[in-house]
Amino acid sequence: MKDQGMSVIVRTITRFVYGLIIVFGFYVIMHGHLTPGGGFQGGAVVASAFALLLVAFGSAGLKGRINLHWLQSLEEVGALAFLALGFLGIGTAFFYNLFAGSGGFLFGASVPNPGHPNPGIFTAGGTVPLMNWAVGLKVMTGIAAVVIIMLVGSRKEEAE
Amino acid sequence: MRKALLFVAFLFVSAFLLLAASELKSLDPQTQTEIPRFGSPQAVTMDDYFIDHAQGEIAVNNVVTAVVFDYRGFDTLGEATVLFAAVVGVLALFRRLREDER
Repeated sequence: MKDQGMSVIVRTITRFVYGLIIVFGFYVIMHGHLTPGGGFQGGAVVASAFALLLVAFGSAGLKGRINLHWLQSLEEVGALAFLALGFLGIGTAFFYNLFAGSGGFLFGASVPNPGHPNPGIFTAGGTVPLMNWAVGLKVMTGIAAVVIIMLVGSRKEEAE
Repeated sequence: MRKALLFVAFLFVSAFLLLAASELKSLDPQTQTEIPRFGSPQAVTMDDYFIDHAQGEIAVNNVVTAVVFDYRGFDTLGEATVLFAAVVGVLALFRRLREDER
């Protein structure tokens, strides 16, 4: 097994599709507070794009493009950001939503008629969208790191 | 012999489960209150609160996200900790292979 990835068809389709998958994952993360989805789901979608790249091009195709140390550091950044956002509302309660409805600052936009569903205002929701971003960053880098190192490691053992 | 033993054990377990399922429909002997049918919700107060108030309180249309990141944020912290531990464990297990790569 020379670890060259899969056939030309798969590699061509992957070149078309992986950007779209990444964009869709970021869309799911970004609109987690308005549409179905959220940080975990979007992060898993983005990580699946990395897994597709790895399967289609082989571990040689990824060498030099993705740095595992970067992935690991970004995962820890996401975890720390999530924890910090939880501690922001510690004055009232742990994970209290401090920014919701505070008036414009950091996703604090107020909704026209309170008590009713948000008619689609993107900058509302308080800490929920920020936590979506933190958890999304954490999940996408974490799952990508796990998939990459396990696939590369098992292929290396096969080759030996 | 082994197969017969397995069959008897299977019969015993399924009989026990059937008995338990039939008992579920009857009254609770201590409190004399009716045990809810299998699959029907028992306590709906919190569910109703989330469904009624989540969109108004924090202006988040996605009620699931509101529960996960706001009302039950502490559980999500535990979930994130599990994922973090898994990633750190895998990276530590495959450390030797990563050092070869460098």
